[in-house]
Amino acid sequence: MKEKDYHDIFSKFKGLQTDLIPILVRIQDKAGYLSEEAIRYVSEFLKMSQNQIYGVASFYPKFRFTEPGKKSIKVCMGTACHVRGGLFLSEAVGWKLGIGIGQTTEDKRFDFQRAGCLGCCTLAPVVKINEHVHSRMSVTRLKEILEKDD
Amino acid sequence: MISFKARQQRARQEWEELQNSEIPVIYFGMATCGQSAGATKVFEAVQEILKEHKLKARLVKVGCIGPCYMEPLMDIQVPGNPRICYANLNPERARNIIENYLIKGNPLPEMAAGHFGQNGYPVTEGIPRFFEIPMLKPQVRLVLRNCGFIDPENIDHYLAKDGYAGLNSALCKTPEEVIEEVGEAGLRGRGGAGFPAARKWTICRSVPGDQKYMICNVSEGDPGAFMNRALIEGDPHCVLEGLMIASYAIGASHGYIYINSDYHLAIARLRRAAEQMREYGLLGKNILGSKFDFELTIKEGAGAFVCGEETALIGSVEGRRGMPRSRPPFPAVEGLFGKPTIINNVETLGTLPNILRNGAQWYKQYGVKGNYGTKTFSLVGSIRRGGLIEVPLGTRLREIIYDIGGGSWKAFKGVQTGGPSGGFLSDEYLDIPVEYESMQSAGSIMGSGGMIVMDEDSCVVDLALYFLNFTQKESCGKCSPCRVGTWHMVTILDRIARGQSEADDLAKLQTLAETVARASLCGLGQAAPNPVLTTLRHFRNEYLAHVQDKFCGAAVCRELVEYVIDADKCNGCQKCVDICPTQAITGARSELHSIDQLRCIKCKACYEICRYDPLAGNAIEIKSNRRVS
Repeated sequence: MKEKDYHDIFSKFKGLQTDLIPILVRIQDKAGYLSEEAIRYVSEFLKMSQNQIYGVASFYPKFRFTEPGKKSIKVCMGTACHVRGGLFLSEAVGWKLGIGIGQTTEDKRFDFQRAGCLGCCTLAPVVKINEHVHSRMSVTRLKEILEKDD
Repeated sequence: MISFKARQQRARQEWEELQNSEIPVIYFGMATCGQSAGATKVFEAVQEILKEHKLKARLVKVGCIGPCYMEPLMDIQVPGNPRICYANLNPERARNIIENYLIKGNPLPEMAAGHFGQNGYPVTEGIPRFFEIPMLKPQVRLVLRNCGFIDPENIDHYLAKDGYAGLNSALCKTPEEVIEEVGEAGLRGRGGAGFPAARKWTICRSVPGDQKYMICNVSEGDPGAFMNRALIEGDPHCVLEGLMIASYAIGASHGYIYINSDYHLAIARLRRAAEQMREYGLLGKNILGSKFDFELTIKEGAGAFVCGEETALIGSVEGRRGMPRSRPPFPAVEGLFGKPTIINNVETLGTLPNILRNGAQWYKQYGVKGNYGTKTFSLVGSIRRGGLIEVPLGTRLREIIYDIGGGSWKAFKGVQTGGPSGGFLSDEYLDIPVEYESMQSAGSIMGSGGMIVMDEDSCVVDLALYFLNFTQKESCGKCSPCRVGTWHMVTILDRIARGQSEADDLAKLQTLAETVARASLCGLGQAAPNPVLTTLRHFRNEYLAHVQDKFCGAAVCRELVEYVIDADKCNGCQKCVDICPTQAITGARSELHSIDQLRCIKCKACYEICRYDPLAGNAIEIKSNRRVS
């Protein structure tokens, strides 16, 4: 993100402390994560310390502080998905890509996250890859998707 | 300024025109659930097919009508005939239906799920009425009445369905009369606790001060629940109308919607709805010619379970960490920015337009004494007909699970209600009515509406561990009973699931759970032990099997199972050899394979491929063996 992008986002807000979370959400939507630079800009805009901002951001599971990969893999860990084998899917990502939760592969192709619940419980288990939700997943199908090069 | 009556009339006309359209109208269920099931592809395919055949039709995107197991759904309304619903579509099936129905006039009754009109039309021959199919028949749709019917992005559709008539009737009353009406209807908080809405409002109303706030809680952080999301996606105006009625009643002129930022579609629908309201004079000053002014802010949260707790939610709206504080003072006295604040759940607010429009007496015909009205549930898990449902309070669990849901896939084991704060009920409790009190006395809670059915393939120890892991991670860490207690409960449960438990673990777990429940600061911690306490109470034998025999009956707990190959079934296809990530399976082609138990990480990949690949022999079994100590 460039300086202008930050100012575009800031221009929609008044600069109150209550704007903090919506601003962070917008930055993450655009950049994919909250970089140190982003936190510095927000700190200047809201006149809050970087510490305070980091304190709020790290409280919420939504925010991430590492750069995402080209394909973001989000394995749903909701109850319905758990009952139908979500944990196996989550582990399959781990052994296929060799990364842990919240990490990105070295070639920046994939990153791996878990989601609390994606709200598609009747289609369980589901895996979200970028913006697309794959329903009724299996370890085998997930492996195929991860191997496909596109 | 156009009057409300004129707007309503024009909207009704528009709706009539759509119903009597001279060209076919095709409705698509395009809520998040429909889209993930493939509705977007179907929608695009239908556009193509219509273009290809030069057919004219109006396409309308609607919300979720409920039976998610049928997704993606499409309804076709041919001039002069009722809407016919088709289920489980893909582009090919959609093509088949469009070509047959719109060109040849054959509605393909064998592919139709139901129709929405009266019986007696030639095209509906052999098709049941949609609301009479088993899943829909026992339901009463009050809150969800418009979901899946109207275009959620068109305020005129909502107005045509008597939208904002509830607000109009509220504004003709004094705020006290509105509170009295809602109190008379006996509406209780649908977020789970069941506190009477009117009583909460009275407290807030009586606190002096010119600035008060109303917040709608769409945090919906519990896994396995999607009722609130579906309602907002399918009928956003109904929630906004409710929010305004409540604001008027407590004397607030500013309303907040606190919504999980992952609900992209719901947020977009709310924003669109707010624009339309402003255009129609339903936001701003002197709404509908009254003295009531109202402003709306949509606030995105960042998804933390604890933010469902009122004081934590307020913290999050104010841009702080979402940590609860001790009460009193209650938010109704001192809430957002230190001002009196009421927080109501989406469904509570979504019910208000119905009550104000039709009156308390009408509302009280649904449900049972003390528990009036309806409740939505997300019926999921091991269930044949899963989806979003709405039933009158007092309906028995058995009716919900068997009549509506069609029962579990395998032998029924139990049902979990109320998410991580709720409990498990075994089949003994299937005949209890779903009411706030009876659910509580059985050890569970009504909760916000997650209902997860489990069959013999689910292990209760594993599920209790799952929920405790969840609450432990979501614990904000402010008070030690919750922060430390849940951690220790996870450790003990993990030990049990691994078959490494000590003799007194169950007793320790029980004491610890009771302590955490009693000593925690907020609802999250107080309710966190519920999954453990209810499973210990209703499924003790299963715990004992894990502790004493190191045996997991459902063959779920990983350390207690083994993957074995059935020599009679194995055809030596080598599929499992290829897929095994640790090379634990060996064997030449067409010869019996074997699994090295020391290398096996129990990832289930071989099991799946052996079971579902057409060339494989379904030879791999997951077994748990009793080890009597």
